[in-house]
Amino acid sequence: MKVVALALLAAAVAATAAEIAPEDRRSGYEFATPETRAMQDDDNANPGILGVLQGEALWTTKVGAADRSCADCHGDAHSSMKGVAARYPAFDPAFGRPVDLEQRINQCRIQHQGADPLAWESADLLALTAFVAHQSRRLPIRVRRNAELRPFFDQGGELFHRREGQLNLSCSQCHDDNWGKRLAGTVIPQGHPTGYPVYRLEWQSLGSLQRRLRNCMIGVRAEPFEYGAPEAVALELYLMGRASGMLLETPAVRP
Amino acid sequence: MDAGPQSASPTRRLILLAAAGFGLTSFAAPAAATSAAMEEAIRALLGEAAVNRGKVRLELPPIVENGNTVPLTVSVESPMTEADHVASIHIFNQKNPQPYVAAFHLGPRAGKAVVSTRIRLADSQQMVAIARLGDGSFWSDSADVIVTLAACAEG
Amino acid sequence: MARVLINLPARAKRGEVIEVKTLIAHPMETGYRVGPTGAAIPRDIINRFVCTYNGAEVFRAELFPAIAANPFIAFFTVATESGEIAFSWTDDHGETQTEVRQITVE
Repeated sequence: MKVVALALLAAAVAATAAEIAPEDRRSGYEFATPETRAMQDDDNANPGILGVLQGEALWTTKVGAADRSCADCHGDAHSSMKGVAARYPAFDPAFGRPVDLEQRINQCRIQHQGADPLAWESADLLALTAFVAHQSRRLPIRVRRNAELRPFFDQGGELFHRREGQLNLSCSQCHDDNWGKRLAGTVIPQGHPTGYPVYRLEWQSLGSLQRRLRNCMIGVRAEPFEYGAPEAVALELYLMGRASGMLLETPAVRP
Repeated sequence: MDAGPQSASPTRRLILLAAAGFGLTSFAAPAAATSAAMEEAIRALLGEAAVNRGKVRLELPPIVENGNTVPLTVSVESPMTEADHVASIHIFNQKNPQPYVAAFHLGPRAGKAVVSTRIRLADSQQMVAIARLGDGSFWSDSADVIVTLAACAEG
Repeated sequence: MARVLINLPARAKRGEVIEVKTLIAHPMETGYRVGPTGAAIPRDIINRFVCTYNGAEVFRAELFPAIAANPFIAFFTVATESGEIAFSWTDDHGETQTEVRQITVE
């Protein structure tokens, strides 16, 4: 039933996609039901906050050959991490390309703590990422748009507008052209990464933006990007740029 | 998967309820047929006692975005005194693999007979809440929930 | 030790009815999900939640697999006296986690 619906949608949409006007941009929060929104709004009832608390404990835990905690270098996260998540993905000169927050955390672990990187979607990586991103809650998204990031923005934009998968749909066709309409009972949001890591009811846990993007790609029957692939990060960068100025909500609750 | 509740003819509903041992006047006919497992579980709670309609309010969103986490609030009108209080509230569902959801035990020290939690629903179905008062009487409410499918799921 | 969020007022007036909100991290594995090999993932849930007030039980819940992951339970209790309000969650293995909060009642 779901496949038929998507196929009909694929057949019905126009070939060219129009971007959402800045004043028309809305967070996924506004497309969720009142009950889902209530779950997000109450810090005493938001299941994502459990991950943030876990991250807070990890922040002061010494790890690795260097026997160092995040706090040993970064001090109190409430001040040192404020605004950080709002400007990620950020350019990493050592790699010559952007990295996202999860990759940045793992880089710190390897280089400064002498510890093994945390696995993608592991509880600890999600918790640390959620804790760091939470320090930017209610701050506007502001990824840098400079010369060195330009080619990666462009790559992300190309990926966003490219048709893919057996259903031959692009991100743009749903999230630029058909947001607000229903797909299999759910309202299609605009696809802004305003609340990651997000507590997705479908997952019954926190999850990263890359996991959500993989879900979308599987949804159109495309081969999803590997976790940490440069294309995945380029797409994340494009999405954050597209959401520039919108406020972060981490940890958001979504269906 | 269907999104809407199943409907049964009124005659079949009434026969099912009569067979389950409910007084027809005391248990209002639900919008969908109650399943055998739920009826049996409710009968195990009630024993020979009748269940009255009223006092209990079972609140669930009528349409649910995702069946994995559905907020539920059950409240029972009661002064919650030693003489007149809610002893327990039992929640049942119709179409999950098993009929029990939760049993809450209160008493006069609760102050208010209001409990909230989050539940999982496998499909659109009926929910039933039954409160047992300190005097041994049973009161109930029911609610119908429509569960929609998530688009772009993982599997 | 699972992460826990407990919200209740630190102070209350004698006789005041206070709201308590609790949230604990737990997957609440239903026992009905099928794993990658095709075998059912065994049930593993928190099946019991008890709240005591200076030792006396004031609220108890029996939970079944239909309770969502990261169980959230909110209820009310009368602020009778100053002291300790304790919360215990017991899982299918019989293991119990207890958290304690202080309350001052004027």
